[in-house]
Amino acid sequence: MAGIEVTALHKRYPDGTVAVEQVDLSIADGELFVMLGPSGCGKTTTLRAIAGLERQTTGDIHIGETLVNDLPPAERDIAMVFQFYALYPHLRTRDNLAFPLRAEGLPKAEVQERVDEAARLMRLGPLLDRRPHRLSGGEQQRVALARALVRRPRAFLMDEPLTNLDAELRADMRTEIKHLQGELGTTMVYVTHDQVEAMSLGHRIAILNKGRVEQIGTPLEVYDRPASLFCAAFIGSPPMNLIEVEVADGKLRAQSGLVLTPPPNLPRDRRLVAGVRPEALEVTEPGAEGSVPARVVSAEWLGDEIIYVVDHDGRRDVRVRMPPTVRFAADAPVGLRHSGGPPPVYDVSTEELVA
Amino acid sequence: MAISVDEAVSTGPARDHTPPARRFGGRGRAVLEVALLAVLAVVMLFPVLWMIETSIKENRDVYAIPAKFFGFKVTLDHFKDVFVASGGGRSALSAAFLNSVVVAGVSTALATVLGVPAAWAYSRFSVKAKKDQLFFILSTRFMPPVVVVIPIFLMYRQVGLIDNKLGLILIYTAFNVPFTIWMMKGFVDEVPAEYEDAAMLDGYTRLQAFWRFTLPLLLPGIAATAVFALIFSWNEFVFAIFLTSSDSVRTAPPAIAGLIGGTTVDWGLVAAASIVFALPVLVFAYLVRKHLVAGVTLGAVRR
Repeated sequence: MAGIEVTALHKRYPDGTVAVEQVDLSIADGELFVMLGPSGCGKTTTLRAIAGLERQTTGDIHIGETLVNDLPPAERDIAMVFQFYALYPHLRTRDNLAFPLRAEGLPKAEVQERVDEAARLMRLGPLLDRRPHRLSGGEQQRVALARALVRRPRAFLMDEPLTNLDAELRADMRTEIKHLQGELGTTMVYVTHDQVEAMSLGHRIAILNKGRVEQIGTPLEVYDRPASLFCAAFIGSPPMNLIEVEVADGKLRAQSGLVLTPPPNLPRDRRLVAGVRPEALEVTEPGAEGSVPARVVSAEWLGDEIIYVVDHDGRRDVRVRMPPTVRFAADAPVGLRHSGGPPPVYDVSTEELVA
Repeated sequence: MAISVDEAVSTGPARDHTPPARRFGGRGRAVLEVALLAVLAVVMLFPVLWMIETSIKENRDVYAIPAKFFGFKVTLDHFKDVFVASGGGRSALSAAFLNSVVVAGVSTALATVLGVPAAWAYSRFSVKAKKDQLFFILSTRFMPPVVVVIPIFLMYRQVGLIDNKLGLILIYTAFNVPFTIWMMKGFVDEVPAEYEDAAMLDGYTRLQAFWRFTLPLLLPGIAATAVFALIFSWNEFVFAIFLTSSDSVRTAPPAIAGLIGGTTVDWGLVAAASIVFALPVLVFAYLVRKHLVAGVTLGAVRR
């Protein structure tokens, strides 16, 4: 087991596309580290560079104490699970599991023992004598995971391993992966574009955009204080409301008069945007204390909650999360009130968190 | 679906009463279709049939007027003449067939050996100006052989490749490599790159990964591509007739064409030689059909 250190990683392809601008990561030993971002943000390229499947243009990668820049993938002592599983089609499950071990030249008894152990861990018993095309998607993914396990690597690299499964199975596998990682205590780097997966799995999350790291933090940190406007708009469903504000009388005021609790140390003389979570706003009766007038544009009834889209200050996209007991009809005049603590505030021009 | 068939044969006024699809329902339509197909088949197959008949007729019957469709005496003398010279020993035609086998076989093998790895590289790696390169490769096939045959002739004369089997092999390879690259790239694209990634993580080099995991999955594609290349080389006429002259080098197409043009033409021999020449192509075409239908991956991947 080992931590992974990525320093000033940069990857530029011969055709001129830059996949990774600059990425620095410090992944602790035993950590489940998630790289999250939209497609083309460089997360998969970073992972493949760690695996040794791509050679970075510049930058260093350490696994444990070893500088692995020039090591071929097999010598990095890592295992990778792919989105398309990549089980060898001509081999039975048993041989698929044994394959990397035989390639290493382990003695037969040891191979047998490790395959049995991985099969037990992933509950593959009845599947051991089938070929991949006789397995369902979920079963193939379990075999792929088991194939990573048998190597007892220093780190697991997961490249969107659940994307091809249907929703229910995905939730099950998510639990399974998290449980497995906790039990083995092996470092895991997990790439996904799915924020729910990232939030529920990760000890820490790195949000990548355009080949750069926008933020690294625990799921809660990332949710509560997104480090940039990109993160603010990316995390959460529905995402944060970005409301232009100015500082007046020690308060944060939107143009409409909506008053927000100000965070300390606000900079002056800058154009600011506050990131307000839908649950930090309240739809009230019109004219309620501390509220500003607004109008319901539409309501999404989700059963356990209602998402109101309200027209506020000329913008028709302010989203408010309310319990299902509070009901307003579409087009009804309502009040809008801030009910949470100080929101994160961003500079409009730099798009970065300032307070 | 098949409405177009009805529309093609329906006459204007009748249309007004019922929609065409219903007017020729069931039997009537089936009869019409069969009749049309039969006419088409006769038109297409008659020359072939006539060639076969001519090849097994005695010369007397070949020149008979009116032509004899049936009731002629069957002989295999013409086929014997294809392979055996009149004074005994091997005929010039049989040498030409052997040349064709060598030239087509070697050029196809070369094109496959060069083209498949190139296709793999274009499919797997990021290459500068990849699309332009691929277009350039394809563009070498834009020109018909007749256009380039004269410059090639002059070049070959300089380097001594005129009337030389190697010369034909090289030019056929040059024509087959672009085709192989383009066709194989499609097949390689179908095989997930993850197999190679996984194999590399399991301790193989990139080339070993290609050789041990991707190549076996590509075999049906390679077979299909090679058969097409083989058919091209086998049938090629223009370069063969311009660049070769002696019997020991000439391939079958110019050799067969050379049978026509004397004071008398031995049509029986021409027909027999043509049949011997066409048979391998027919067999290979049959193989292509089988391989093109076969899936490339074995169903291990869900896309």
